[in-house]
Amino acid sequence: MSETDTPTTDETERRRRPGRERGRDDGKFGRYGGQYVPEALMPAIEELTDAYERYVLGNEDGFIEEFRERLADFGGRPTPLQRADRLSERYDTEVFLKREDLLHGGAHKLNNALGQVLLAKYMGKERIIAETGAGQHGTATAMAAAHLDMPCTIYMGERDINRQRPNVFRMKLNGSEVKPVTAGRGTLKEAISETMRDWAATVEDTHYVIGSIVGPHPFPVMVRDFQAVISEEARAQSIEKAGGLPTDVVACAGGGSNTMGAFADFVDDESVALHAVEAGGSTLEVDEEAGVAPNSASLYTGDEGVLHGARTKLLQDSDGQIMESHSISSGLDYAGVGPELAYLVDEGRVNPVAVDDDAALEGFHRLSRTEGIIPALETAHALGFLEEHHEDLGERVVVNVSGRGDKDLDAAIEETDKRDIDEAPDMSMFTGGI
Amino acid sequence: MADAGNSAAIAEAFADGPAYVPYLAVGDPDYESSKAYVEALDRGGADIIELGLPFSEPIAEGSTIQGALVRALEAGMTPDRFFAFAEEVDVEAPLVCMTYYNLIYQYGSESGPRPFVERAAAAGIEGLVVPDLPAEEADPLREACDEFGLDLVFIVAPTTVGDRLDRIMSRVSGYVYVQARLGTTGARDDVSDQTTQSLDRLREYDVPKAVGFGISAGEHAERIVAGGADGIIVGSALVDIVAEGVEEDRSTAEVADRLEALSRELKEGAERGYAARAEAAESTATEPR
Repeated sequence: MSETDTPTTDETERRRRPGRERGRDDGKFGRYGGQYVPEALMPAIEELTDAYERYVLGNEDGFIEEFRERLADFGGRPTPLQRADRLSERYDTEVFLKREDLLHGGAHKLNNALGQVLLAKYMGKERIIAETGAGQHGTATAMAAAHLDMPCTIYMGERDINRQRPNVFRMKLNGSEVKPVTAGRGTLKEAISETMRDWAATVEDTHYVIGSIVGPHPFPVMVRDFQAVISEEARAQSIEKAGGLPTDVVACAGGGSNTMGAFADFVDDESVALHAVEAGGSTLEVDEEAGVAPNSASLYTGDEGVLHGARTKLLQDSDGQIMESHSISSGLDYAGVGPELAYLVDEGRVNPVAVDDDAALEGFHRLSRTEGIIPALETAHALGFLEEHHEDLGERVVVNVSGRGDKDLDAAIEETDKRDIDEAPDMSMFTGGI
Repeated sequence: MADAGNSAAIAEAFADGPAYVPYLAVGDPDYESSKAYVEALDRGGADIIELGLPFSEPIAEGSTIQGALVRALEAGMTPDRFFAFAEEVDVEAPLVCMTYYNLIYQYGSESGPRPFVERAAAAGIEGLVVPDLPAEEADPLREACDEFGLDLVFIVAPTTVGDRLDRIMSRVSGYVYVQARLGTTGARDDVSDQTTQSLDRLREYDVPKAVGFGISAGEHAERIVAGGADGIIVGSALVDIVAEGVEEDRSTAEVADRLEALSRELKEGAERGYAARAEAAESTATEPR
């Protein structure tokens, strides 16, 4: 497709875009994907696959129209594609920001949460459960559940609860129950395991709203389809505002939902380079003895394995035990990654890169100071990549601002105090939180 | 064929009378105590022993067994130590390894399940149960098990019906693990109606049916076997005894005695159920029409 083609807006055509066909039939992306789940979950997964095909792909009962309408009215879509003037000057290239931070709730997560809660409603389910890491998916699910009048329980690692107290309060404000998960290190992977356990006991009336493009089929394709609105809009906006397709799309990657959302409709545009920026944490070295990888770079450093229902790239030790990951940003803190991204990396279509905690924090300050946008610490990794690699990029770069940073202020103050960052505000004379 | 199991020892365990199949996590709370505990199960009448090889993300387990797997991992359990354990432990009953697919897939230098199965066979393991491996993804493991003479046990849930049930039953060997109710593992007081329905659905398949999930006392075992089960699988109720031993700081010998005593109770319950079933069958057969 040439740069001047106007993208189609017709629903049927849109859903037929070849970039979104991958994995739809059998849940396989090359060697990755699949349905590695306990037998008790299989009927639920088959029922969900059927519902995905009927409502999301087949638009039965007008599901897609209702989803789009609610995304616009409740969610505030479309989000802008904004030229970042200072960054463009700094890097001597056109930098555009896809402002998912302006979506209701302050992150891209609502695209998926609203889609899945609505789907649960169409399926006649009566209860919603979800896991959350940073709390962004939990808050988005809690909002969507309140909006659609469904009872909702959110599982969250105890350690994450302590890192993200305001988000816990937001979920509760929206009427959701928040259940702490104490197993392991109390982060996202334990929360996913725990939510799967709940689902195994309650499949008949409960839908599990998974927060990323991970888990058993059909979750990876379904979450991608809900999040693909990001690249669908960004592609049209880039052509309209900037006069053509971007040369590069940059997105941070934890589980990979904002990443795949930002990439989906560009995958078939061969001229567009796709950069998935993972959390390099403090170092890419691993401590095999302690079972700890002080990073979350599963695309960049991980090996093939099976976790949470899918074959994908994982941080694991030589026995196959899953490592504890680490990142300054709890939203990227996950030992696995979506199977579709693992596949696209192997195919050479997606470029995996790691940005460490320090560079991410500098990116956080840079965007805040120069553009007036406080980004999520997740997004800050994409900005760190821009600083480190701008010379390798083309003339028109789209960065997906996956979320806003208000949720991260406590962590940002603490981490800033530990470092010497140019022009960063000094909060050390104040004690306590904000 | 489903009924042609690979392991003669497992077939033997179901040959006359109901099979009592206890489970413990290997290495919980440490290697040596765990050995004493597994040997106590054997003395208590185990017909098959399921040994849990701990995985860091056991999505099918409830909090009791999760706790056991964490204790075992913290005490340093690995696949290689697990195999050493299977070689050293002094028991009569055949051993079945229960673990998650990633550990099987990663073992050894070549990827795929074959090296794990080869090592398991060398360690005297007679069968495998892999709760996160669906029948659709199981062919490479099934082939490796056939090559090295292991049985591959599948779990059937109350919700498993129709084509799914056929797909599973065409790949199972040794015995089928009948999940008594929905949810994860954990001891419960009730015995679910779902069990009876599951056993009815499985009647036409010629492979032993062992019921698990929530069995904690002799009378549960009795009712389940009377209801048509060929065996009972007990995990959480036994793991609870180990966990309590850790909490109360009991001696290894005392915990082992408790495990042996509960094993006897469960085994006797299963045998009473079996006798009741035989009696009922006889009276039906002799009843005048």
